[in-house]
Amino acid sequence: MGLRNYIDKIKPDFEEGGRYAKFHSTFEAFETFLYTPNKVVNTGAHIRDAVDMKRNMFYVVIALIPCFLFGTWNIGYQHFLSWGQDATFWQIVGYGLLRIIPLYLVSYIVGLVIEFVFAEIRHEEVNEGYFVTGFLIPLIMPADVPLWMLAVAVAFAVIIGKEVFGGSGMNVVNPALLARAFLFFSYPSKMTGDNVWIAEKADAFSGATPLGTILNGGTTEQLPSIMEMFVGTIPGSVGETSKIAILIGALFLIITGISDLRIIVSSFAGAIVIGLIFNGIGANAAMEVPFYYHLFMGGFMFGTFFMATDPVTAAQTNTGKWIYGFLIGAIAILIRVANPGYPEGMMLAILLLNVFAPLIDWCVVAANVRKRKNRWAAAERSAK
Amino acid sequence: MLLVSKFAVCFRATYMIEYQLNFKKKIMSTVIKIKKGLDIHLAGEAKKETEVFEVRRCAIKPSDFIGVIPKLHVAEGDAVQAGSVLFHDKSRENILFTSPISGTVKAVVRGEKRAVMQVIVEADGRDEAIDFGKADISTIKRDEVIDKMLHSGVWTMLRQRPYSIIANPNDKPKCIVVSMFSSAPLAPSTGYIIENQVEAFNAGVEILSKLTDGKLYLNLKASCKRCHDVIAKITKPENVVVTDFEGPHPVGNVGTQINALSPINKGEVVWYCGPQEVITIGKLFLTGRYDSSRIIALTGSEANDPHYYKVNIGADIEALAAGGVNFRAISGDVLTGKDITGNYFLGFYDTQITVIPEGNEYRLFGWLAPNFKRFTSTNTMISSLFKKKTFVIDTNRNGDVRPLIMTGKFEKVFPFDIYPMQLLKACIIKDIEQMEELGIYEVDAEDFALCEVIDPSKTAIQQIIRDGLELVRKEMN
Repeated sequence: MGLRNYIDKIKPDFEEGGRYAKFHSTFEAFETFLYTPNKVVNTGAHIRDAVDMKRNMFYVVIALIPCFLFGTWNIGYQHFLSWGQDATFWQIVGYGLLRIIPLYLVSYIVGLVIEFVFAEIRHEEVNEGYFVTGFLIPLIMPADVPLWMLAVAVAFAVIIGKEVFGGSGMNVVNPALLARAFLFFSYPSKMTGDNVWIAEKADAFSGATPLGTILNGGTTEQLPSIMEMFVGTIPGSVGETSKIAILIGALFLIITGISDLRIIVSSFAGAIVIGLIFNGIGANAAMEVPFYYHLFMGGFMFGTFFMATDPVTAAQTNTGKWIYGFLIGAIAILIRVANPGYPEGMMLAILLLNVFAPLIDWCVVAANVRKRKNRWAAAERSAK
Repeated sequence: MLLVSKFAVCFRATYMIEYQLNFKKKIMSTVIKIKKGLDIHLAGEAKKETEVFEVRRCAIKPSDFIGVIPKLHVAEGDAVQAGSVLFHDKSRENILFTSPISGTVKAVVRGEKRAVMQVIVEADGRDEAIDFGKADISTIKRDEVIDKMLHSGVWTMLRQRPYSIIANPNDKPKCIVVSMFSSAPLAPSTGYIIENQVEAFNAGVEILSKLTDGKLYLNLKASCKRCHDVIAKITKPENVVVTDFEGPHPVGNVGTQINALSPINKGEVVWYCGPQEVITIGKLFLTGRYDSSRIIALTGSEANDPHYYKVNIGADIEALAAGGVNFRAISGDVLTGKDITGNYFLGFYDTQITVIPEGNEYRLFGWLAPNFKRFTSTNTMISSLFKKKTFVIDTNRNGDVRPLIMTGKFEKVFPFDIYPMQLLKACIIKDIEQMEELGIYEVDAEDFALCEVIDPSKTAIQQIIRDGLELVRKEMN
């Protein structure tokens, strides 16, 4: 074990009083990445589950890989499609990689530097949380997003969205979505409209997303087919277009038990219920879009499977999760159909419910407290 | 022809009686099913053979009792008998702690600030015991019972919820609960232990029933035939209620059972003890002597020839537990026991020793490995496919401490009408009012043991709950 010996040799330098004690958290992050520590339990139960947060976080990244791969291909595909050029598979993928790798470099470098600096200042261990956030951020951006904007958004999301609250596990809203929302409200021309979704789009090509079409009064006939939306050969944010890729990843998270099925099921239920109500009213073209189309359009599935289920920002009680998920699905579709300003409601619905999740939990827990206090009162009465 | 029909009638009659008996039995004891929880299948179960272990030394450790500050009655070199007072509790002077065996006080081990860590008694092999006097169990009064138990030190076997401290003899408990089984990994079989001590157990039950105006609950494992046989043999005073329990751990925890039978309200107190404590109490009144013998199970993958041993409370069991390399000896089960490696004295309330490998090794990419042989309650590894298999589990923490991120996991192993995460957080921020509202009186640290085991953020949950309980206890008194 040459590597282990080397780590043990340099370890004292990073400990208190060592030459590089300033970089203790950084060293520890790399050491524990390589080796699960030899620490044994010294309080409470003498055994521990083999699972840890690293594995949980890493599995979310694994689940996102199909979306990443399809997204890479789709960037290239949409680009060549808009120019009407024929391209081989490798040309498409090559172009896609050329566009997506810079997004990832910016996301991880900016985010991780901030994370490591905060960890060193706080004398804490570096958390794995940003590996997920950093992987998600490029997937929910338009392919054409300028890199400097991405960098600003990442810095904003990590510092204001996470670190000021105390780091991983303490944040109120989903940091990846906050990055997107920050750009959405600060630079709307780069985040909405028909011209941002395809990298270096030919001007003559429409490039409208299905949701953009609806916003502009388009009818259901003008939308891509369900099959196209399912496979994902449509313009949109990098990772959100292919429902096949999303479902593969989602299935992995559901089987491994990392995503909570309650949120997923109730979010779909909320979307379907509101969708059916709008279909019933049918006052305009947007309302007439069949409810099941909504499940395949925009970021609904991506948001439901990968963002609404974020355990930190979701409701924490089981009952609360049903309510939280239902409201996300319902409000997302409500915003899509009833709000003339925003084509996509998923981001706003999740952020809104992130803020309200503690209130939902509070109400659920309050019911339990009330029950307990009633029992106390009854016991006191019978004692007298 | 006549004969045949007579036979048929006779057969039918027998069948009917049997049917009715079964029906009656079902009414007599109700079955409570606990759904949430987790059985951890650990390697190293004890064989059902009992060997008498020659106890050379015993130690009484004040740290086995919550909130006890000892005031010594003996000095090194003093001769003691079984039942001689070693120390009392400074805050409650009538609570006496007595020697489990006859011999000499070998050492009083002190720790930081000269706090007494343990009082060691070396056996003289004479088996002498103080005579506290036999009693007529059917006529003895509550006050006399309490008096005799306090003087002999047997009182310390009765504990109370909330807080898990030794019961206060001045309290009137709402009820007394005896959990007749443990559901923790490799727990000893109560039926096997008590089946030859029915008389003493019977006496103990009668004595305990006098201590409360409420019910005395005897809670059995539904599938334990030996236990049911014992219960069928004893005379049951009027306030005894027999209840069957089934389900995964923590179904055997007294906290789970109290919560299912009658949850503790603010201001209420429930007393509890284990089956072997009932036997000790019974023997005190039958013979007038404090008999500290215990049948314990030696268990665990690193234990040499795991089976049952007859020892005394606080016995030095180094010869049983030590011997391997890189192991951890635990007095109690792996979920709630105490690490006694290096200081091998059995804990006061423990009836099990578990020896498991110490996991102080690095594992390359341990968080990524497919893990064929490591235990997990999740579905994230290959080993998840073999949940029924027995596992060798070491003491490695399997990761670093992280903030509490995952939700909905504790709820799966926590069979209380309580929000575990919320209560845990109330304990962390030391908010007593919230802790009360969220149900701190209904739980103990051990009820959170499974949450601690499965928690991917590796939080020291039992310690946090214990600290929370202690905070409430000090604030309320």
